[in-house]
Parts: sequence; structure tokens; C-alpha cells
Amino acid sequence: MIKFSNVSKRYPGGQEALRNVSFAIGAGELVFLTGRSGAGKSTLFKLIPAIERPTSGSVVVNGQNVSAIKPAAVPILRRNLGLVFQDQKLLYDRSVIDNVLLPLAFSGFAPKEAARRARAALDKVGLLSREKANPIQLSGGEQQRVAIARAVANRPAILIADEPTANLDADSAAAIIAIFVSFQQVGVTVLIATHDMALIERSGGRVLRLEAGELVAGGDPQ
Amino acid sequence: MNAWFSQHVQAFKGALRKLAAQRASSLLNVLVIGIALALPAGGYVILGNLQGIAARFSLEPQLSVFLEPGARPADRDGLEKRLRNDPRMAAVRFVPRDEALAELRKTEGIAEVIAALNQNPLPDAFVIRLKDIPPDQLEALAAELGRLPGVGHVQADSAWARRLSALIGVGRLGIALLAALLAAGLVAVTFNTIRLQVLTQREEIEVARLLGATDGFIRRPFYYLGAIQGLAGGMVGLAVLAGSLALLNQGIRTLAETYGSSFHLTFLAPGDALAVALFASLLGWLGAYLSVSVYLRGMGPR
Ligand SMILES: Nc1ncnc2c1ncn2[C@@H]1O[C@H](COP(=O)(O)OP(=O)(O)OP(=O)(O)O)[C@@H](O)[C@H]1O
Ligand SMILES: [Mg+2]
Repeated sequence: MIKFSNVSKRYPGGQEALRNVSFAIGAGELVFLTGRSGAGKSTLFKLIPAIERPTSGSVVVNGQNVSAIKPAAVPILRRNLGLVFQDQKLLYDRSVIDNVLLPLAFSGFAPKEAARRARAALDKVGLLSREKANPIQLSGGEQQRVAIARAVANRPAILIADEPTANLDADSAAAIIAIFVSFQQVGVTVLIATHDMALIERSGGRVLRLEAGELVAGGDPQ
Repeated sequence: MNAWFSQHVQAFKGALRKLAAQRASSLLNVLVIGIALALPAGGYVILGNLQGIAARFSLEPQLSVFLEPGARPADRDGLEKRLRNDPRMAAVRFVPRDEALAELRKTEGIAEVIAALNQNPLPDAFVIRLKDIPPDQLEALAAELGRLPGVGHVQADSAWARRLSALIGVGRLGIALLAALLAAGLVAVTFNTIRLQVLTQREEIEVARLLGATDGFIRRPFYYLGAIQGLAGGMVGLAVLAGSLALLNQGIRTLAETYGSSFHLTFLAPGDALAVALFASLLGWLGAYLSVSVYLRGMGPR
């Protein structure tokens, strides 16, 4: 589903955030991406929906080489991915349900079907009763769950999340990871970036470990 | 198709919501657009009316051929024959000097003046109605007739209509310039209001892009916003124009009646009015297009 081959990423500032990273994730796998702050997790995350482009190497998602994707094809790529951003990127000028409806509006769903899917996604993360609330009125963990609901409303085959449990207590973090595991169980490919080792050990998925931009564990034997 | 349609409906509704959310500034924008449009449209209406007058007269150009005071009857008969055989003449009427004098006597205040004269100062004349003839040939014809024996003076009665026509041409150019300037102004006004709107929504735009919205999807509500604002402005402009004409006509009617005329200013033809409204809408769309394009380009490539 996702294949990185000798991927390096150097930001214009001169910082090399990823160095010669290679790995493959199969369909239906649950994979954790870990490493210290600044190791390159978010950078790797951003290469998958073509938010950033690799300096060298190739990133293939669902058979499509996204490192050389045409700008016009980017929207379709992103619609087929479930994305949970490190800073969530919720909109605070509208209700929870409207946040979840946003990606459905441009994916070509009729309003009724869109509303049905948005409710189903909120139900899945246990927030259906708060659909009319503004995200600002929710706790940090609840906001994380709104972001997850928005990511899965399209029913993507690939779900990637950047630190979805940051700043949460252990129980809330476990609850969120449980949601991801439930998606994996219905066949969704899940990639979660986190530096919470305890959480990873309890969940028991494959682990990719980054150190200063280099993949030191979990990658393909070169 | 259904989804495409519902996306447009949503974009349209979103645009209306944005307008409603900023009622005061939307209203002011619409007023500015309306007044700016009413100016050239009003000029166009007045010129159209003037042209109607000019056309009515220049359609039937008249020539008055005055004979020399001492012209002999033979000259007069020869001239009449010459004129009646000319294919360019639609009708030739002979006005003897006595008849002209009698006509003049009927005019109030002139009778006393004429009574004071002991002889008729008027020459015999032919009043000629011409077939349709281009204005520039009228002058040549007048000169040609002036060279005939016995002819004292030839007057082309529609010369003023021709001057009016030329004046209208100049006015038309002036109005086209005014319209172009104001159209650019309207684009600038919409550009700016849409820019502000885009800036207040930049977070939504950023998130929508990250989640896979096409630029078309992002642009669409702003296009509607610009077009609706322009259309509303166009309609306000037409209303302002109609109101102004009604006011002007009150004055013009009483003035025209004293001249026994029923002249009044007529409003734009329905097609022209529709064109004004659609043009305003198009300008609004253009302003929105430029504004959103500049903003999206500033966001850089994906
Ligand atoms: N847009 C950018 N421009 C320049 N350098 C960047 C940019 N984004 C990240 N970097 C650099 O790249 C390196 C990796 O950053 P990245 O955000 O991928 O780390 P991370 O593993 O996600 O860290 P964290 O756990 O703190 O989120 C860092 O040294 C960072 O300074
Ligand atoms: Mg990060």
C-alpha cells in the first residue's frame, strides 16, 4: 500500500530531515512510526499525501508514485487517504459535524449521504452527542477524536495519523489507539506516528523507528 | 451530475450566507457598484434618446432653395423642371413669396413688423424633401443647386441634425471611456472585498486543500459571491436609473408640452437592461476570479 524507496528529504533551510529511508507497508497492516522529537516523523507523514515532496527517492501510495505526482492529481490522492494532523487542523468557526462534513462536501457525496457518513464517523469515535458543539468546547482528547472522525468519514483504505495521542493521559491515549485498531480490524491500513513507547508496546503493531532522519528499525533489509 | 449540481447549490448557498453575515458591508458594496453603473447607463440612455430625435429629422432631409430676388419667371420654370426631374428629390413644393409672407404674418409679433415694410422682402422658394441621402452628400447637393441660374441661396435644414449626430458620436465615445473606467473600478472593488473574504477564510481554505479539495471547489463560492454582488449592484444601478429618469421626465414633460411635443426620455430596452445586469455580474465574477487567483498563487504549488 505504501512503499518508500531510498527517500531523502532536505528542507530549503539545509536541514536533512530524512536520509535514505526505505520501507513497505502492506494492505491492512497496523504500523507505528516512532522516534524522538525532530527525528523526521512528521516529514515522513507529509510525504504520503504529497504535502511535501522528497528530495530524492520515490514514495508509492496505492500503486501511484506520489513523489512525481502532477499537482492536478493531488486532490484525488488526498481524498483517498484518511489524514490526522499533528496540529489537528480543526476549524473553530463551525460545529463538530460541519468539521466532519468538510471533506465529504468536495468528495462528491449528495448532502444526505454526506450527513449519514459524518454521523456514522462521529458515532464511531463516541462523539455523536456533541455534533452541534463547537470544537473549542471539547477537551483535547475529544478534539483528537473529531479529527479522527473527519479522517475516516470518507472511509479511506489508508489512515495515517501524526501524533494523535500527544498531550493525552494514558487512558485517553489508549482509547484513541483502540479506535485505530478497530479500523485496522476491518481492513484499513493504519500508520500512526508517536513517541509514546508504552502505548506501542501495549498495542503490539510493527514499529518503524527513526533516528535523526534515518530508519534504524522496522524497515526493509537492504 | 447530481453531486456536481449539489456542489454548486452548496457553493451558492455558502455565498449567500457570507453576504448575509456581512450585511452592512455587502449592502454598501452593492450600492457603490449600482451608482457607478447608473452613471454610464444613464449617459447611454440620454444619448439614445437624443439619437432618436436626430434620426427622426435626418431621415427626411429638407432643402430650401431661395431664388434671387430678381429672378425671371423663365429661370423659375427651368429650375422647377430641373428639380422635379431630379431622381434624388422625393417632393418639390413651390412657395411663392406672397404665400411665404402670408405664412409669416400669422406668426405673433411679426405681423406689425411686416406691416411696417412697404414691400415683400421674401424671395420665391422651393421646399424640397429629399429621398434618403447620406449627410455628407447633402452638402454637395446644396452646393450643386446653389450654382443653378436664378438661385440665390440654398439651406440644408437638417444640418443641425447632422451636427447633433456628430455630437452624439463624441458623447458615445466619452461614455464608452467612462464605462470602461468604472468597469475597472468595479473589478477593483470586488477584488478587494473578495480578498478580505478570502483572508477571513484562509484557515478553511488551507484545511480544505490539505484534505483534498480541488482549487475549483475552493474558488466556486467566491465566484458566486462576486457574481451575486455584481448582479445585485447592476439591479440597483438600473433602479437608480429608472428613478432618475422618472424624475427628469416630470420636468421634461411640462417643458415639451409647451412646445406641443410629447417628448420624454425612455428607459433602456429590456435587452439592454438585461445586458447591464449581466455585465455587472460578469465584472463581479472577474474581480473574484482575479482575487482568488492571486491568493492561491501566493499559497504556492501543492
Ligand atoms: N518546513 C520545514 N522547514 C525546515 N525544516 C523543517 C521543516 N519541517 C521540519 N523541519 C526540520 O526537519 C526535522 C524533522 O522534523 P519533523 O517535524 O519531521 O520531526 P518530528 O519527528 O515530527 O518531531 P516531533 O515529534 O517534534 O513532531 C527537524 O529538524 C525540523 O527542524
Ligand atoms: Mg511531528
